[in-house]
Amino acid sequence: MNFSIYDFTSFNQWIDKFLNDNLPAFWAVAVEMVIIGVAILLFYALVGLFLVYAERKVCAFMQNRVGPNRVGPYGFFQTIADFIKLMLKELIYIKNADQLLFNLAPFIVIIASFMAIAAIPFAKGLHAIDFDIGVLYVIAVSSLGVVGILLAGWSSNNKYSLIGAMRSGAQIVSYELSVGLSLITIIILAGTMQFSEIVEGQRDGWFIFKGHIPAFIAFIIFLISSTAETNRGPFDLAEAESELTAGFHTEYSGIKFAFFFLAEYMNMFIVASIAATVFLGGWMPFHVGSWAGFNHVMDFIPPFVWYIGKTFFVIWVMMWFKWTFPRLRIDQLLTLEWKYLLPINLVNILIMAFIVLMGWHF
Amino acid sequence: MNSIFEYFADIFHTVKSLLTGMKVTGRYFFSPWEIVTQQYPENRKTLKMYDRFKGEVIMPHNDHNEHRCTGCGICETACPNGTIEIIQAKIDMPDGKKKRIIDRHIYHLGMCTFCGLCIKACPSDALAWGQEFEHAVFDRSKLNKTLNQPGSSIIKDIVE
Repeated sequence: MNFSIYDFTSFNQWIDKFLNDNLPAFWAVAVEMVIIGVAILLFYALVGLFLVYAERKVCAFMQNRVGPNRVGPYGFFQTIADFIKLMLKELIYIKNADQLLFNLAPFIVIIASFMAIAAIPFAKGLHAIDFDIGVLYVIAVSSLGVVGILLAGWSSNNKYSLIGAMRSGAQIVSYELSVGLSLITIIILAGTMQFSEIVEGQRDGWFIFKGHIPAFIAFIIFLISSTAETNRGPFDLAEAESELTAGFHTEYSGIKFAFFFLAEYMNMFIVASIAATVFLGGWMPFHVGSWAGFNHVMDFIPPFVWYIGKTFFVIWVMMWFKWTFPRLRIDQLLTLEWKYLLPINLVNILIMAFIVLMGWHF
Repeated sequence: MNSIFEYFADIFHTVKSLLTGMKVTGRYFFSPWEIVTQQYPENRKTLKMYDRFKGEVIMPHNDHNEHRCTGCGICETACPNGTIEIIQAKIDMPDGKKKRIIDRHIYHLGMCTFCGLCIKACPSDALAWGQEFEHAVFDRSKLNKTLNQPGSSIIKDIVE
């Protein structure tokens, strides 16, 4: 049995074989599902906690501040302290709220992001499920979150919540289009929607380099529209603290609020993962055409490190956006999407199709 | 044709201005040693507050324990939330007349919103902003301060 950090396939097969030898087929699958569920849940919690810390630190550095620095070295345990505080907080009963929907909404939001993470390839073989329509699945599932946001806004029976939820709805319906179209640009180049094949197709160069300018434009559009889709600044109209107190989660407290908070950061992580996988090669090391020696050195860095590095780079860029730009007004937001991003995107797809047709890509 | 040109010029200018902003924050991010905030409990010994800082309302006294307050009570009237209480006294002047002076200028720090209207209203510039800001105490009554020092008197040249 040889395990390696470069390829998890043999490790997975070993677990699968072990379970099938000792259990009936049904229970083997059930145990595998539970293992993956627990693993993803743990990963989810850790990444969520780390991202909140990272956001506060990045924000602080961009504003010439120090950021959290009291709890633990460099304030590293700040988010754990915050999490304990959130767990201990009272869940306030809202008198005129629709109780069922009010309590259901945070779960819908968090389940949507939880489902999307299943299709993301973390490393070779470290992939919960490899759909042949992986990209489509992720787009479909990640847009389910807006249902939870709309329910939260509606059931809270609060004007701020409702306005926030409606803005969020308008925003996601618009920007989902750009996310989809910018991914289609790369799907044309890759010729597949399966994540493992997309990553494999970038063995000799990432798609952002292989696809010339159209791929780069698609990457920029994807970054902008996915920032909008995750309701992050400068597109955070749905929660707009200064106008709507906290938007759709105004009435939530304690752990229910924590769910929304965590889901926001996990959506950012998922979106960044997709950007890293589709445009920046996922777990594939940085390879330059025929430089065999250079490629060999790059191969020594484990795929998981590549994946995490690229994802956090994209997350950092999104944080950079958030802490630089002022919030857009709702009409500016829709103008940006319908008058600028969408036409550029459509023309971009045409150019990409032409390039692929003529074989001008690398 | 012109509108098409404007459309692309618009995109170009937008990208340019966004990049200008990102350049600033990006430079800040990569120079984390540049800190503009005060690292308060650590630098408590050396901390120097700025002149415009509104810590508390004080009544400056000179070396002879003299202040400029005439006890007119305009600050008491100007205060929107009843923070200032003026207790006056009457003294006999050498020429036989009675004159109002300040007995105690009571300042309830706990009620103060630091708006500064009393300082602006004062006709004789008796009040000023102090730089002290560590006001936390265990007993609320300690927040009721008497601004004029015991035994102090008014500076002679103040004209009412």
